[in-house]
Amino acid sequence: MTGPTAAAAAGPILAVRDLRVQISGRRGTVRAVDGVSLDVVRGEALGLVGESGSGKSMTLRAILGVLPPDARVTSGQILLDGADLVPLSQSALNRIRGPKIAMIFQEPMSALNPVMRVGHQIAEGPRVHLGYSRSKAAERALDLMRRVGIPDPERRFRAYPHEFSGGMRQRVMIAMALSCDPEIILCDEPTTALDVTIQDQILRLLARLCRESDVSLIFVTHDLPVVAQICQRVAVMYGGQIIEHGDTRDILLDPRHPYTLGLVRSAPDVEQVRESLVPIPGSPPSLVSPPPGCRFHPRCSFAEEDCRVMPTPLRLLPGGRSTACLHYERCAEALAAEQVTP
Amino acid sequence: MTGEPVLSAAGVSVWFPVGSRLGARLRNQQRLLHAVDGVDLDLRRGEALALVGESGSGKSTFALALAGLRPVDGGTIRFDGRVLPRRRSRADLRRIQMVFQDPYSSLNPRMTVGGMLRELVRVHHVVPSSECDDYIRELVRLVGLGDDALRAQPRQFSGGQRQRIAIARALALRPDVLVADEPVSALDVSVQATILNLLADLRAELGLSLLLISHNLAVVRHLCDRVAVMYLGRIVEVAPTEQIFSDPQHPYTRGLLAAIPKITDSATEFAADGGPAVAGDMPSALRIPAGCRFRTRCPLAREICAQTDPGLVAGPDGAVHQAACHFAFDSVTARVPRQRDGEE
Repeated sequence: MTGPTAAAAAGPILAVRDLRVQISGRRGTVRAVDGVSLDVVRGEALGLVGESGSGKSMTLRAILGVLPPDARVTSGQILLDGADLVPLSQSALNRIRGPKIAMIFQEPMSALNPVMRVGHQIAEGPRVHLGYSRSKAAERALDLMRRVGIPDPERRFRAYPHEFSGGMRQRVMIAMALSCDPEIILCDEPTTALDVTIQDQILRLLARLCRESDVSLIFVTHDLPVVAQICQRVAVMYGGQIIEHGDTRDILLDPRHPYTLGLVRSAPDVEQVRESLVPIPGSPPSLVSPPPGCRFHPRCSFAEEDCRVMPTPLRLLPGGRSTACLHYERCAEALAAEQVTP
Repeated sequence: MTGEPVLSAAGVSVWFPVGSRLGARLRNQQRLLHAVDGVDLDLRRGEALALVGESGSGKSTFALALAGLRPVDGGTIRFDGRVLPRRRSRADLRRIQMVFQDPYSSLNPRMTVGGMLRELVRVHHVVPSSECDDYIRELVRLVGLGDDALRAQPRQFSGGQRQRIAIARALALRPDVLVADEPVSALDVSVQATILNLLADLRAELGLSLLLISHNLAVVRHLCDRVAVMYLGRIVEVAPTEQIFSDPQHPYTRGLLAAIPKITDSATEFAADGGPAVAGDMPSALRIPAGCRFRTRCPLAREICAQTDPGLVAGPDGAVHQAACHFAFDSVTARVPRQRDGEE
């Protein structure tokens, strides 16, 4: 795998620029995604982490053009190989979904067609997008089933999704995502519903496929250790914005934003037993009328007067990382002061 | 840990009939799914015991059986040394209370929190009716909610708050044992911590015995004194928490531990690393393998594993560490390469 710096020179496959998504609801307009920018280069896996309601899934759906009916992109660009996807019609997007962008969902059972044989579902993409004949597409489906580790593919080809275990269904989803050789795969919590042993199998499979076929991933999850295993870079989202961004190890092991620090401290870890877990006080901000200044300031123990009034855009720090925190140096002090038993 | 067992299971089995009744009558026998298949486990007074395993291992069914919410098809459950009858009295049911995984579906949506707690307290005569209001107010404070929570309905609360209400409901009957089935897995990470801390505080404050069912070993390590690992309806290893993590004896336990992602992991190393920690899927409980039930996924499996079912045996340090593997506690391990201790 090429390092992020070497790969960055090649230019991003996908570039999101100042994306804004609004949902109109009864209680006002929800600014679900509020000025998100990110780059994904070839062969790289980018993690997108945050709690429910942080806008991570909405960002993903905007990229794929599958926003819920009352949500729309109000400004910004989504550049795939330099071409903007935002103004495209659904039929134009349909030609891109599959051969260019594919998606893996959290619940394979609700994403798969329950009354269609698994093999035919995998073969459908190549038939529609690549113009394969029935037999050639079936050949391709069998080959993919082998690649994702589905045992006895000839027999499994004719099975229905309900005959598969959760892990096997997710392998089917991965085979479908790969079926048209996409450049980027969007993964929305693909292992959250799985057991830890099956999660381990699926993550290893994804890591291997990424390396073999040079496909890029955007990996949405709330699970920081999973990000550590899969992603070279990570962006942390809070209240519809990216608040910290950089190399995964830097961000997770040495955060420079109190929210990231809060996520790291509140999650129990098998290797580090803390005296007691430190929850993040309060609850996520309203996205109808977000707090002024830094959106995290009402829950932040480092907050000062300037956090309440100053806008907090991402600032570049040494080492190629960026943070939205005005007082980021306090995170390092807080981490150094902490008692952790390895 | 020297406490007497407060709750003790001996050879507990729970079966589910599967297939059609007609088919059963034609074949003159009912097919049975052995969800829990002979479990021996003691919960000592005041301890926090974790039950871990994959979904389908039978841990939730076992918990329901312990709490008296599901009849047992074999074996006995003792409470304070007394065998609990098949149909438990109201007084017995009170002693063991449960907190369920999903706080969205386990609370009555049409009742206020106060109404729900009041009904419980009245039906079980926990306190005289004149003290009822004070008692339930104290309960919601105990779980960290304000008095105004009593007048609200569950839908007005967040997931974490609902789980607090579920805990208050379980504690209302002053139980000796609290069985918590995946109490935090439906919650956001930042909220999980508050519920785990609450459970730890309540245990210390009220002297509860806690059986925590979880698939998350990190949660377990944080909260529990002992860990029991369950696989396909059986306990395959029991040990004090630190020993489970530092010196696991059963290959399944080792696999489970190796499968947990760590925040210190690096993507480059992970991608270069070899095969999965545990291969394959758990077999169906309708077709439990003969001999050792883990052998179909076990890297150590030998001929003996297909022939003899290894029971739980104690290690050299007495009964505290037990494992159900022919190769546990170095008995034969001299001849068997240890999996994942060093790099393969």
